[in-house]
Amino acid sequence: MSETNKNIMTYYEVDVSQFSETAKLMKKMSASLTAQWAVEGKQFFEVYACYRTEEDFLIVKSLLPKDKPEFPSVSKIFLAASRFERQIYSFMGIKALGNSDLRPWIKFADWPADAWPLRKDFNSAQCLKRVKGEYAWIQAEGEGVNEIPVGPVHAGIIEPGHFRFQAVGETIINLEERLGYTHKGIEKRFESLGWLEGYKLAGRVSGDSTVAHSLTYCRALESMTDFTLPPRAAWLRAIFLERERIANHLGDIGAICSDAAFSIMLYQFMRLKEHFLRTNQTLFAHRFMMDCVVPGGVSVNISAEGAAQMTQELAALETEFERLVKIYDGNPSLEERVRDTGILSTKKALEIGVVGVVARASGLNLDSRSLYPFAPYDKLQVKVPLYTAGDVNSRVWVRIEEVRESMRLLRELLADLPDTTIKVPCPLPERNSTGFAVVEGWRGEVMYWLQATSAGTINRCMVRDPSAVNWLGLESAVIDNIVPDFPLCNKSFNASYAGHDL
Amino acid sequence: MIRTLWQILKTGIVTENVRGKAADDISVLGQKLSNIVKQRFRGSLTIRHVDAGSCNGCELEIHALNNPIYNIEQFGVRFTASPRFADMLLVTGPVTQNMEIALKRTYEATPTPKLVVAVGDCGCGCGIFSENYATIGSIDKVIPVDALIKGCPPTPAALLNGILNAIEG
Ligand code: SF4
Repeated sequence: MSETNKNIMTYYEVDVSQFSETAKLMKKMSASLTAQWAVEGKQFFEVYACYRTEEDFLIVKSLLPKDKPEFPSVSKIFLAASRFERQIYSFMGIKALGNSDLRPWIKFADWPADAWPLRKDFNSAQCLKRVKGEYAWIQAEGEGVNEIPVGPVHAGIIEPGHFRFQAVGETIINLEERLGYTHKGIEKRFESLGWLEGYKLAGRVSGDSTVAHSLTYCRALESMTDFTLPPRAAWLRAIFLERERIANHLGDIGAICSDAAFSIMLYQFMRLKEHFLRTNQTLFAHRFMMDCVVPGGVSVNISAEGAAQMTQELAALETEFERLVKIYDGNPSLEERVRDTGILSTKKALEIGVVGVVARASGLNLDSRSLYPFAPYDKLQVKVPLYTAGDVNSRVWVRIEEVRESMRLLRELLADLPDTTIKVPCPLPERNSTGFAVVEGWRGEVMYWLQATSAGTINRCMVRDPSAVNWLGLESAVIDNIVPDFPLCNKSFNASYAGHDL
Repeated sequence: MIRTLWQILKTGIVTENVRGKAADDISVLGQKLSNIVKQRFRGSLTIRHVDAGSCNGCELEIHALNNPIYNIEQFGVRFTASPRFADMLLVTGPVTQNMEIALKRTYEATPTPKLVVAVGDCGCGCGIFSENYATIGSIDKVIPVDALIKGCPPTPAALLNGILNAIEG
């Protein structure tokens, strides 16, 4: 039996009339809503809400008759539900009653209104006809309010998204995001893949988190059967995951400094990152370790020389990294820009349910590596950095401390690499079974939920990238900041467009 | 401040030496690239990047071209924020239904003559994604494409090579 997945998650089925009551109860127990999704079953629609409590995850499920596709909204209880419910309506045509904002989300206003891509009778191969449709932006009125639309194609090498600011003078009073530009129909695509192929698609949901996503997919799949992962594979997976964290944090710290007009740090950190990626290429034959995590284990091994090379690299990286941290720490003009900028208070963070780096910078002690550890994390005792100011500076410091911690973890992992095979056959799931997994990627908690059809194929693959909730955090954090500080705030969140849009 | 200066001095020039490591493709490629940019683009080739639906993996490598190791600007190649100044569009894909219009508009806003380079297995074909209700597919289904750079994602060296091939024409 897979060591953890089964006991980090419990199902709880309630009558749909109790769906929002259950949410209230969860709120009282200080649980937070991590995801909501729907499935079209043979006889019923199924709607799910996943709550994170301190010990585990609780998945609340309700059945809806096909001729009455609606359920009581929980958006007044949990803020994050506002987007999940829009998404459910857009893709499944299931209405959250009481949610006053069911404007299309990810789906665009020029899609036919009755195109529900995640329904089973939807022909996914069709080419959608564009219809006339206008997106109803939220309007702010009043004297001196000006509106600034930005995107979808931005300056610089970044992903597409549209932002609409309402500002008085330079001060942002409201930001509305409109995302979905990179929507590729990934969740639907999973349904046409075999169980053992899905990891490749998962590894391309958000390229910068390829390890985290493919690992979460594989763990969800492996949780569906009695499967035991060879220890060396578990160790290598953790090594990949921590290397992905270090590489991305290095890039982010540099890029944040650059947006605060301190570009020497950008080049210094990019240099460190490039060397780090080259080591990935040498050791694992891919700069981002794409397709290195596979169902049943990993696809690449590491030799004793490889391990020694990595240890050496860590020593060099550490010296250079600490030197740069000193520069960051001792620069008043940089500090001026990052301190008290883009604040997400602990209260707001909790209300929205943000995860990952963003959560830990706003005082939430949330890291699935320490809360729900699987091997080898159960032995490693990950130290979780916590900052409470919730500003850009805190988000930088969380990253700095996480790089340090990941270097420590890598050393421990390398010192104690088990000597086993790296891959065993992964059994296929039983008919109608489900699987669930959570992995702390560099951005935050990545979550997959899998369900088999009555024929044993993939019926549904729900993907929840940390960005799905963290984008909401950004909308809140930029209020009262000046428009020119938006790129800085945005960079410090660094949410994924692709991971959000699916 | 002293620390910063010290760091700059200590790091020195990390850009890979064009003459230093002849075996390294970057140096050879870069030299060629630089020559053609001089001949055909009066010393400056300006690129506008467009993400038409990628997973962001290709973006990581396009970004890397600007890091001090590759330092693409040394060859006279620059990324611009506006399509109006661009000689070349570097487009990652697959093109989504939701990006089709924006991609076409960017293409139209780019002055002729212009080169379009499709980047990544997704931009050149459709990669792991299938053509479906949300995904139109390869870049050339939406705008004319002059050159392809395959890979998932293509490495910085492959990108340099691809850009070179595109302007060698
Ligand atoms: S080619 Fe690979 S890296 Fe590039 S967008 Fe496609 S899946 Fe992502």
